[in-house]
Amino acid sequence: MKLRQSPCAKLDTIPIFDRLISMPQLPDVPLDGLYGDLVMDHYRNPRNHASISDADVEAEEFNPFCGDRATLQLKLDGQGRVSEIGARADGCSIIQAATSMLCDQLHGKSLDEVAEIGERFRHAMKNGAGDDDLELGDLLALQVVRQYPVRIKCALLPLTALEEGIKAYRARPG
Amino acid sequence: MTTVFDVNKVRDDFPILKQWVNGYPLVYLDNGATSQKPQSVIDAIVNYYTTTNSNVHRGVHTLSQQATDSYEGARAKVRQFINAGDDREIIFTRNTTEGINLVAHSYGRQNVGPGDDIIVSNMEHHSNIVPWQMLCEEKGANLRVVPIDDTGELLMDEYEKMLGPRTKLVSITHVSNALGTILPVAEIVEMAHAHGAPVLFDGAQAVPHMPVDMKELDCEFYVFSGHKLFGPTGIGVLYGKAEYLEAMPPFLGGGEMIKSVTFEKTIYNDLPYKFEGGTPDIAGAIGLGAAIDYVNDLGFDWITSHEEELLRYGTEALSSIEGLKIIGTAAHKSSIISFVMDKAHPHDIGTILDEQGIAVRTGHHCAQPVMQRFRIPATARASMAFYNTKEDIDALVKGIDQVLEVFS
Repeated sequence: MKLRQSPCAKLDTIPIFDRLISMPQLPDVPLDGLYGDLVMDHYRNPRNHASISDADVEAEEFNPFCGDRATLQLKLDGQGRVSEIGARADGCSIIQAATSMLCDQLHGKSLDEVAEIGERFRHAMKNGAGDDDLELGDLLALQVVRQYPVRIKCALLPLTALEEGIKAYRARPG
Repeated sequence: MTTVFDVNKVRDDFPILKQWVNGYPLVYLDNGATSQKPQSVIDAIVNYYTTTNSNVHRGVHTLSQQATDSYEGARAKVRQFINAGDDREIIFTRNTTEGINLVAHSYGRQNVGPGDDIIVSNMEHHSNIVPWQMLCEEKGANLRVVPIDDTGELLMDEYEKMLGPRTKLVSITHVSNALGTILPVAEIVEMAHAHGAPVLFDGAQAVPHMPVDMKELDCEFYVFSGHKLFGPTGIGVLYGKAEYLEAMPPFLGGGEMIKSVTFEKTIYNDLPYKFEGGTPDIAGAIGLGAAIDYVNDLGFDWITSHEEELLRYGTEALSSIEGLKIIGTAAHKSSIISFVMDKAHPHDIGTILDEQGIAVRTGHHCAQPVMQRFRIPATARASMAFYNTKEDIDALVKGIDQVLEVFS
């Protein structure tokens, strides 16, 4: 009978520091990767940065990890399409840029289309963007955030607010 | 005379500090969150599981006896370390949070009623706010909050005004985790005792940096975590005056904490076991004992003088950076520097520093009311330990230059 090697046996033969050194390291990401031109542009010049009165869809979402906040408002026209957007974000560059980029994609869309963009964005942040994700526009610049797992939450915060807002709007009687 | 240690030799005792992170040598400035472990602590845990592992206070066999001796030996080390009067006053918990919850559930439920007051400060960690809020809600009691000034000092006049016959407990931090303020603990106790109120101190950020003496301080309860004191996670300490612990009902029911059990009646065990239901973290306690040995070998004379120098050097260096503001500038501070920058959010600061192998904490530090007090959402925090060096601070300053470059 062949004896199975114990799980630790192989490791024990390697001094601990060789083991640490042989561990695969995450690839180095150049800093301008996360803070690229497009991200910084949306951060410095956020689109739709406003507060609108009598919004139809409205939601605010907090990141409990840091207290950051994204507030989204949508006004719908007679055909149920987005006619006005109010977006505000208090927090890091990624939350602010993501809020601006997301809202930029919503003009003239129906709520179903808005929800589809949201789903596509969430999927792309989780699994990576594909060839058919071009309609995400500037949001694709946030793909770099996937290399900083703790920051993905920042990028998705405005989307979570948007989803909650749509859910509340649809649940409203009448 | 103070023994002076070569900090580079001290660093050799901490294997993790030899690592490179993201292509840079690790600069670990997140000791307020958790500290690194010396080889002697790692060895104590490995040796326990390699040679002694057995349950405590149970069997008559040799290993069980050895495990019990080591576990109780660790308790004695803790008692000496904080100069408590009796081993029975040292309760092993999981961490600071559990220690505070134990007092809230046991002492609090027994002694706090409608209209009573519990006093905390504006610079508490959430773990010294939420358990009291829960208790106050259950009992119809009031949570009173002592305000702080713009430097992060407690307003002692306001504190004194709050004390009265309804004060059932004062529960305040010894060192603020978000600001670094060292609180005037002796005065806090004296004023509370003048009104007959017991005092609990959250010592999580204090014990790694300064000697604490229970007999001198005379507080009723003192809690801390092992992992911030260079020991393992999962082990913490509640010190309580024996007369208080004796009068308190148990916290967790189960094995270990009983003398005899029938379906009609259970007789609880003596101190400290009454509060240690279930198999404890034996290896954790032994690891904590080894950490205390290590700290004692260095001695607080050297530790505090080295850390004060780091704080002075770091405060000066960071103050000179344009657009950077230090939050928490109390006269008496531990080696914690919290800061915000005009141009960059703390998260962005944290990510850019991490890219250069520099570990700092960013966020609200589980102390949101402090952030609200200073009208900021979050800070970046560099928290130093005795193994940090001026070179670490220099690396931090260089790292912040990079932040300015990206966000200018």
